[in-house]
Amino acid sequence: MTARILVLLVALAGLPAAAATTDWPMQSMEPDLHDKPSLQRGLGLYVNYCLACHSLRFQRYERTADDLGIPHELFLENLVFTGQKIGGLMATSMPEEEAKAWFGARPPDLTMVARVRGEEWLYNYLKTFYLDPTRPFGVNNKVFENVGMPHVMMDLQGVQREVCRGFKPVDLLDGESVIVAEPEPHCFLEVEEGSGSFSAGEFDDAVYDLVNFLYYVGEPTRLERERLGVYVLLFLGLLFVFAYLLNREYWKDVH
Amino acid sequence: MSDDSINTGRRYFLIASTSAVAGVGMVGAAIPFVKAWTPSAKARALGAPIRVDIGKLRPGEILGPIPAWRGQPVFIVYRASESVELLASDTADLADPDSENADMQPDYARNAWRSRRPEIGVYVGLCTHLGCSPKYYGAVQPETFDPDWQGGFFCPCHGSRFDLAGRVVKSVPAPDNLPVPPYFFETDDVIVIGEDEETA
Amino acid sequence: MAESNAPAPGRLTGPLRRLVAWLDERMPLTETIEYHATKYYAPKNFNFWYYFGVLALVVFAIQILSGIWLTMSYVPSGDGAFASVEYIMRDVEYGWLIRYLHSTGASAFFLVIYLHMFRALAYGSYRAPRELLWLIGMAIYLVMMAEGFFGYVLTWGNMSFWAAQVIVSLAGAIPFVGPELMEWIRGDYGMSEITLNRFFALHVVALPLALAGLVFLHMVALHHVGSNNPEGVDIKKHKDPQGVPLDGIPFHPYYTVHDFMATVAFLILFCAIVFFAPEMFGYFIEKPNFEEADPLKTPEHIAPVWYYTPFYAMLRATTFPLFGLSAKFWGLIVMAAAIVIPAILPWLDRGKVKSIRYKGLLSRLMLAMLVVSFVVLGYLGTIPPSPTATAAAQVFTVLYFAYFLLMPWYSRVDRTRPVPDRIP
Repeated sequence: MTARILVLLVALAGLPAAAATTDWPMQSMEPDLHDKPSLQRGLGLYVNYCLACHSLRFQRYERTADDLGIPHELFLENLVFTGQKIGGLMATSMPEEEAKAWFGARPPDLTMVARVRGEEWLYNYLKTFYLDPTRPFGVNNKVFENVGMPHVMMDLQGVQREVCRGFKPVDLLDGESVIVAEPEPHCFLEVEEGSGSFSAGEFDDAVYDLVNFLYYVGEPTRLERERLGVYVLLFLGLLFVFAYLLNREYWKDVH
Repeated sequence: MSDDSINTGRRYFLIASTSAVAGVGMVGAAIPFVKAWTPSAKARALGAPIRVDIGKLRPGEILGPIPAWRGQPVFIVYRASESVELLASDTADLADPDSENADMQPDYARNAWRSRRPEIGVYVGLCTHLGCSPKYYGAVQPETFDPDWQGGFFCPCHGSRFDLAGRVVKSVPAPDNLPVPPYFFETDDVIVIGEDEETA
Repeated sequence: MAESNAPAPGRLTGPLRRLVAWLDERMPLTETIEYHATKYYAPKNFNFWYYFGVLALVVFAIQILSGIWLTMSYVPSGDGAFASVEYIMRDVEYGWLIRYLHSTGASAFFLVIYLHMFRALAYGSYRAPRELLWLIGMAIYLVMMAEGFFGYVLTWGNMSFWAAQVIVSLAGAIPFVGPELMEWIRGDYGMSEITLNRFFALHVVALPLALAGLVFLHMVALHHVGSNNPEGVDIKKHKDPQGVPLDGIPFHPYYTVHDFMATVAFLILFCAIVFFAPEMFGYFIEKPNFEEADPLKTPEHIAPVWYYTPFYAMLRATTFPLFGLSAKFWGLIVMAAAIVIPAILPWLDRGKVKSIRYKGLLSRLMLAMLVVSFVVLGYLGTIPPSPTATAAAQVFTVLYFAYFLLMPWYSRVDRTRPVPDRIP
């Protein structure tokens, strides 16, 4: 009975799926597709923490392995659990019915999530889960309010809470402090010391790697596109010189 | 304007050089469109090597054309020991009994059985004439197409006949033996079709 | 310009000459080339604005070629469409390039056509004897809008899906037949695979055929009446004894080398976008379109692609019912009218001169106002509606129509300057 109530709650929680816009102060995130070690670590995190529920159903293991410079044998041994072939799509092993029962809806495919949400949103989203006993999974999120997803990386980050202490720092105008009638409480997220296996810095790096990987998966051809683009533009520049000279030569006739 | 001002040589040169550079550009632009027709990652994934368990196969039986490799029917035939002996001796009617055409099989299949193991044969089941899939007539018994049939494959489309090692007989439309795909035995009962042992 | 000036490289000798002679006996090969190129005399004073016709042809060719290749891997089914686009982007060799060529090409096509149309407005290219040329051009534009819309739906992203839903629902605004018409267009009770399939057929077969035919007619009509020019003077009035216009130069080689140079310059800009910003910051490919169509979840903010937004803003700006008909219906009327009203320009313009160069201040202001209205409406169409935005859109909708509806008046009273007899 309790299980059924939980399922129902989860189902209801999953309904308002649209991400509300947020006033959370976003930290910036610059992806770096040239940083292969970062992408490899991100892939590792994705496989261990995300792939069980979130498929990458447009991306193939083989392309990922090749683009990230991982030998196929090594990739199959360490990163492909389900005994699939290297040419296969990175599907999840979770049956759809079960997923619906647990989360209310099938957890979305994340192949293009970085193109839909943007890398900055993802970076902040993954860092701002905090304890909220009113939510079905016991956590809420600062950039995706009432999200229907548990904090899967809590063992890494540790227990994060929203704490309010004192008041918001007041803006200084021309060196003089402005008196605010009702100061707003100063609230922020704080991780319980020693509750996660990663330090704050390590967790930030891990989230960076994960988002970097999702950025790569969103458009795996990006580096190739930009590399080829340079040659194409150089060539067209050269062709333009010839076209310009040819045009000038003929137009000498026209007065 | 007057004709005197026209420098014909310069114009020739500019037309030729511009055309040359533009021609290079056309070739370059054609590359993506040509390459887009090569097998895609999906086709390559579907054409990946397959594993076939032949543990239940008995002498005289055939597995196929069910295991499909690269979308092509593959025959795995378990030859009875009499048939194996016959393959080495009964070669008078064959067009290419010694597998001279190296394109039709890997080197390890260049023997009388055209296979790694004498009793187990692996062949791509597409007639080398026009690509129909031949049918397996394994029993040694008179058939309508050959009263002296020793067992093998018969293609219903245009009447080509092959022996149990996939070797084509003389004076039928098919020019070559049935192709042997790359394969190896992973264990005694499991064949990997699609790659050679060396590269695996 | 005398014929003897034709440069030597154009002359044929040997077997090639005999081949051409053989062909000429059986079809009008040389005659056609002369009529359309080597003896087609174009005014010698074409400027920057005259590049966009040929550039439209270039983009059309890019769209046809990349489109044919996309069709080879695209799957027009509800389950397969979105996945097949990503299949093209990832699994097909260079599929990403072909797809970006096509998606960027769509926007480039409209950009080029809008500039081409602006040129016609500025230099009076729609005036007699080019009314039919202008009407064919308008037909091309209308077919292009449909073609762009159907193509946009094919990717079956969530924005595509809901944009299609909105546009098809417009038909529902037509009194009496609306709901039935919507069902007929969709072939279903909501947007579905059935709709996708017919849009696919229209996008890849019917409308490209129509476009090709109309473009051909556009060229035939153009070469029959001859090109206008920035001065708006008729170069055929003054000819040399051979019948060659004194201010004309043969299209080939002069404008072929000219247009070739422009094409390369255009390709540099085009490829810069294709290779370095194919999404164009969400204007060419919108973020919600990287999510598969979901009939249960509308994106937070629906807007069409930028090239439709001026008209979309006018649709949204129509917020009040009139004569007992709903605002929804009037919105459709306003939008449709805004799209087709340029077609009657040849009969609205009563001015004595064609080119803006010899028109007075009033005409110049009106044209500037039209451009500003179009751009501002285009911007307003991309942002979410708000009371201010709607009010602004209403003002600029009125200004947009003012350019056309007031033209019979201001083009007549405007103080024009005398037009020279020949190109200065």
